[in-house]
Amino acid sequence: MAVPKIVGIETEYGVTLRGAPDPNPVVASSLLINGYVEQRRVGWDFEDETPGRDARGFARDGAQAPEVETHLVNAVLTNGARYYVDHAHPEYSTPECSDPLQVVRYDKAGERILARSMEAARRLLPPGQEIVVYKNNSDGKGNSYGCHENYLVDRNVPFASLVRNLIPWFVTRQVFTGSGKVGAENGAEAVDYQISQRADFFEEEVGLETTLKRPIVNTRDEPHADPQKYRRLHVIVGDANLCEVATFLKVGTTAIVLCMIEDGFVDKDLTIASPVAAMRRVSHDPACRATVEVADLGTCTAVELQWEFLRLARKYADETGLEHCGGEELGGSVLDRWEQVLGALERDPAELDGQLDWVTKHNLLQAYVERDGLEWSDPKLGLLAVQYHDVRPGRSLYERLVRAGKVERLLSEAEVLEAMGEPPPTTRAYFRGTCLARWADSVVAANWDSLVLDVGADPLRRIPMMEPTRGSKMHVEQLFAEVTTPRQLVERLTASSPPGRS
Amino acid sequence: MPERERKQKPAPKEREEVVEDVPAASERGEKLKEDIDDLLDEIDAVLEDNAEEFVRNYVQKGGQ
Repeated sequence: MAVPKIVGIETEYGVTLRGAPDPNPVVASSLLINGYVEQRRVGWDFEDETPGRDARGFARDGAQAPEVETHLVNAVLTNGARYYVDHAHPEYSTPECSDPLQVVRYDKAGERILARSMEAARRLLPPGQEIVVYKNNSDGKGNSYGCHENYLVDRNVPFASLVRNLIPWFVTRQVFTGSGKVGAENGAEAVDYQISQRADFFEEEVGLETTLKRPIVNTRDEPHADPQKYRRLHVIVGDANLCEVATFLKVGTTAIVLCMIEDGFVDKDLTIASPVAAMRRVSHDPACRATVEVADLGTCTAVELQWEFLRLARKYADETGLEHCGGEELGGSVLDRWEQVLGALERDPAELDGQLDWVTKHNLLQAYVERDGLEWSDPKLGLLAVQYHDVRPGRSLYERLVRAGKVERLLSEAEVLEAMGEPPPTTRAYFRGTCLARWADSVVAANWDSLVLDVGADPLRRIPMMEPTRGSKMHVEQLFAEVTTPRQLVERLTASSPPGRS
Repeated sequence: MPERERKQKPAPKEREEVVEDVPAASERGEKLKEDIDDLLDEIDAVLEDNAEEFVRNYVQKGGQ
C-alpha cells in the first residue's frame, strides 16, 4: 500500500578554493559551513553592514587561513536541513518535505545558503582567496559527485518489484531531469553534448555502491524511520537541477511512480534490455530519438516509454487519487506539466528553454556556437557549461537567465529566503527546526530520527522521531506554545506520547 | 524509427499557415536575435577570464 511520499534531496556541491597555494577541498567545505553557522548563531545578517562585524576580527589577522573547527562541520539548521562535509564536498540535505513544491523550495533555499556561506567564508579568508561552489555533478574529467533523492516507501513492497519498475523509470526520466553536459566521461563514447551529467557514471543495474561502479538502483537500507513500516529509497541517478520546473517534475513524477509500484498498479512489463547501455544511449541523444528495447512495448524512444508511465499515472490518479503524492492539486499539476513536457520533447526539445536545465544550457551554448563559430570542443563552451552552475548570484549564468526573464520560476524569492530559516510545517522537520530555533544551546544532537536535549541536571533526554509525518506544526504547535523550556517540553512529551510515536 | 518521425511531421495545411506568416515571423526572429545578442554580451561581461585555464583547473574529488 502506498505511504505518504515524504521526500528530501541531498546535494554535494562542487567546490574550489582559489588563490590558495595548496587548496584542500575538505578545509574549504568546512570553512563554508562554519562560516554560515557562526554567522547564524550570533544572529548576523550579512546583507546588513553592522559595526559589530569587525569586532570579531575575521580576516584581519593577516594571511593565515583560520583554524577549522571540525566539530561544527555537521550542522543542523533551523529549517530542519542538514549541512555538512561529505567526500570532500559541502553537502546540503533538505529537510523532509511532503510535496514536490516544498522540495523545490527547500532545495532552492540550499543554493541561497551556499551563496551566503561563500560570503561568510570570504570574510574568513586572507585577501585574494575565495571559495566558489557549483551546483553540478561532474568536473568533466571523470569525477562525479551526487544529487540524491530520498523517498519514503512502504516496507512491505518487495524490493524486486521496486527494482523491476524503477530501472526503466530511471533510464528514461533523464529526458527531463538532466542538467546537460559537454562531452562524455568514464569511458563513454565521445559526444558533443549530452542530456545528463550522471549517466556516464552508472555501471551496474542494482547495488550498494555510491562512489564507484554506481548502480542504477541503490540498495542502501537505512530508513531513518520505523524500519518495520518504511524503507527510504535512496535515488542516486539524478542530476542537480537549477530549473525549478525540472526539480518539481523530477520529484513529483517519481513520487507518483513509487505510489503506483507500492499499489501494484504497473500492469505491463516495462523491463528495458541492457539498461546500463540504454541509459548512456538516451543521455547521448539531445534530439530524444534514441531507442530502447522494452519487454511489452518493443522498440521505443525514452519519451514513448514516458508516455506509457504517464498513461498509467493518469489512470492511477482517477482510480486511487494522489493524496499520498503531495495532494490532488499539486499531483494534478505534476501530471499536466509532465504531459506538456513530453509533448514538447517530441516536437522540439528547444521549446523547453527555461524549464529544463539540459535544454536551457544547450540553447545557451548553441547561441555561442553560432555567434562565435565555435567547435564543441572549444574550452569556452566548457567554461560556459560549468559557470551555468556557479552558485554566486553575480556569476551564475543560470541566474543571468533568470534575471533576463528566460527561466520560469515556481516560487517567489521571498518564499525561498524564508525557507532558509523556517522548517516545512508538514513533517517532523518542524519539530526539529523549532527546537533548534528556540533552544539551540540545549540541543546536544539532532538526527533525522531523534533529537537529544540537555534539560539541566538530569541525564540527557533522547526524543525519538521515528514517524516522518508526525511532529508537524499541526501536531506540536500547541505544545510549543505551552512550554518555555526544553525541560518542560520533555516533561510534556513523556506525560503524553513523544512526537514521533503515533 | 522512420515511421514515427513521419507521423510527427506537420500536416500540409499547417505548413501553409507558416508560409503566410513569414513577414511577422522574420520580424519576431530579428527581435529574438537582438535579445539573444544582448544577453550574450551581458554574459560575456561576467564570464571567467581564461576559459582554457579555467576548464583545466576545474578538478573535483569524486563524491557519491
